[in-house]
Amino acid sequence: MAANDVSHSPSFTKEFYTSLFDVTDGDNIKTCLQCANCSGVCPFGYLMDFPPGRMIAWMRAGIFDEVLETDSVWMCVSCYACTEVCPKDIPLTPGLMTRAKEEMLLAGNVPTELQHALEFSQRYGNPLGESPRKRAEWAKDLEPEVPIMRRAKRPVDVLWFVGDYPSYHPRVLQTTKALYTILNALGIDYGILGPEENSDGDTQRLAGERGLFEVLAEKNAKAFGRYEFGEIITTDPHAYNALKNEYPELGIEYPVKHYTEFLAERLDDLKPLLKGNGEVKVTYHDPCYLGRANGVYDQPRALLEAIPGLELVEMSHNRTTSLCCGGGGGGMWLDGFQWEKAHVRLSEWRVREAVTAGADVLAVACPYEPPRFEDAAKMVEGAGNLTVKDIVELLAEAMED
Amino acid sequence: MTHIMVPVKLVPDLVEEIEIADSGTALDMEWMRLIINEFDDHAIEQAILLKERSGGEVSVIAPDQEGMDDVLFTAAAKGADRIIKLIGEFEEGTNNLALARAFAEKAKEIGPDLILTGVQGNDDLDGSVGPYLAEYLGMAYVGYVAGLSLEGDKAIVQKEYPGGLIAEMEVTLPAVLGIQAAEEPPRYVAVSKVRQMMKEASIDEADAGDLNTSGGLEVNSMYLPEAAERAEMLEGDEEEIAAKLVEIFKEIGVM
Repeated sequence: MAANDVSHSPSFTKEFYTSLFDVTDGDNIKTCLQCANCSGVCPFGYLMDFPPGRMIAWMRAGIFDEVLETDSVWMCVSCYACTEVCPKDIPLTPGLMTRAKEEMLLAGNVPTELQHALEFSQRYGNPLGESPRKRAEWAKDLEPEVPIMRRAKRPVDVLWFVGDYPSYHPRVLQTTKALYTILNALGIDYGILGPEENSDGDTQRLAGERGLFEVLAEKNAKAFGRYEFGEIITTDPHAYNALKNEYPELGIEYPVKHYTEFLAERLDDLKPLLKGNGEVKVTYHDPCYLGRANGVYDQPRALLEAIPGLELVEMSHNRTTSLCCGGGGGGMWLDGFQWEKAHVRLSEWRVREAVTAGADVLAVACPYEPPRFEDAAKMVEGAGNLTVKDIVELLAEAMED
Repeated sequence: MTHIMVPVKLVPDLVEEIEIADSGTALDMEWMRLIINEFDDHAIEQAILLKERSGGEVSVIAPDQEGMDDVLFTAAAKGADRIIKLIGEFEEGTNNLALARAFAEKAKEIGPDLILTGVQGNDDLDGSVGPYLAEYLGMAYVGYVAGLSLEGDKAIVQKEYPGGLIAEMEVTLPAVLGIQAAEEPPRYVAVSKVRQMMKEASIDEADAGDLNTSGGLEVNSMYLPEAAERAEMLEGDEEEIAAKLVEIFKEIGVM
């Protein structure tokens, strides 16, 4: 019943090209200057057969199917670096690269590692292949209790969308527990969905699985619809991006804040609680989906600077030029594939910059990052004493006596 | 044209902890999550690969279990031509003998040239489905197959043996093959394709009649494995641990 080849009909290029206009500002692609800024800034552009600029050239020549015969697009980490530098504001990441991945996926051309994450997301609602019933297991023995909406049976001010890695990953659970500590210290009225929460689906979408994204979004929408809350917060910039920019297109509209925005608004309440843990030099890594994709640069820095004794230093790539940790756009589930192609890790590049900046701590604000950067620090010379901490962990530690 | 039939079933998904029912003789199915038997998934893939290579028709057939529709539509999205669901008392607990008998009745009607099914399943208490099916149909059976090609009315199959040995065998069709692994890992189908298939394809429903479980095992009691003796953890710094290890090695006579 189904065919599994990328279409080679002459009209394929045209159909694909036209489909790019559906993305916001999508028809800007008509104005591409072929300046190749996108290909130059792409962290893996140097080893792609078809970096974004060349993809457009091939599309204009009507031979786009040749692009899809290579595996270039699976090197794309959806980091928005190309989109950021494009002088013609072409939505390269959400448009061209994501659509190209969708075509690869429809043709069944999916690296095995990625396939597992997608199947797990479909089956268990999380890409890690963990039991959905255990999504709130981290909260089990905590005192005071974490309110789970189904049991709490009351409206809350804040719905905490915990997210996949923060719910299950042993390292990232420390970040989750740090936010728990802070929410309690600030007396925030919050609740979580627990087993009713599903993956936000954004990274699956950017890895080409639009259909799966929609299924997951619908499941979350059902769960949101069951309860009353004022706004949503999350530690995951990918979930934040989905809820803020993608879910509304599916008619799922709720006010959402990344925790750095939420806490920055409460800095006056937070500051008196921060005691500091001595002099420490910290550099901050802007996560792609908090920074470039959503323009949140100042709040994370404001939180860090509120910690007594903390000196904030910048890495050479910061804010809009921040480097990707390598986890986005499916990169989180393509480590083996990308290592085979590149024999470098983007996370190590970033850790080298942190070392060069003279930082004791590499601060992050995305759940993909602590495990990625900690692994990288083991490999990078001079990074032996570098600690990787989420901002929320640094805040929680500064609250301790 | 070769007609390949692929009988599949769902088995307990071990992502959740399994529990014993109050009866003490079966698994508690109330909260059990089911998943396609991994080996059956490979059988589907192998059938699709054969179809893509040498043409033919693939019919995937399955008992009516919770979640089976998704599995069947996914098979259709991969390339199965017919998806058939056997309607019967499968939820209430059956055994592989009854399942094989039900598959066999349907096979007699369809008349496949080749039957591919998973070589085993994690709930095969009473033996696997493939050999029973071959017996009821009077066909040859080869298990632990990890690749095959079709040549006229024969299949050339690669059968795996322990220790990495592989035998190549010629089997006259029709035959039943127990698939250990497809030649390529089961493919991914985009969710949108499966959803599209849910609109376009239809599941043929066939009455399985009364299930005949005779000849099966009777379970007296079922229980979780009990730890008999735990490993002893050696405490101390490196020197102390090394000294204790040497002592133990001497004691048991390996040093």
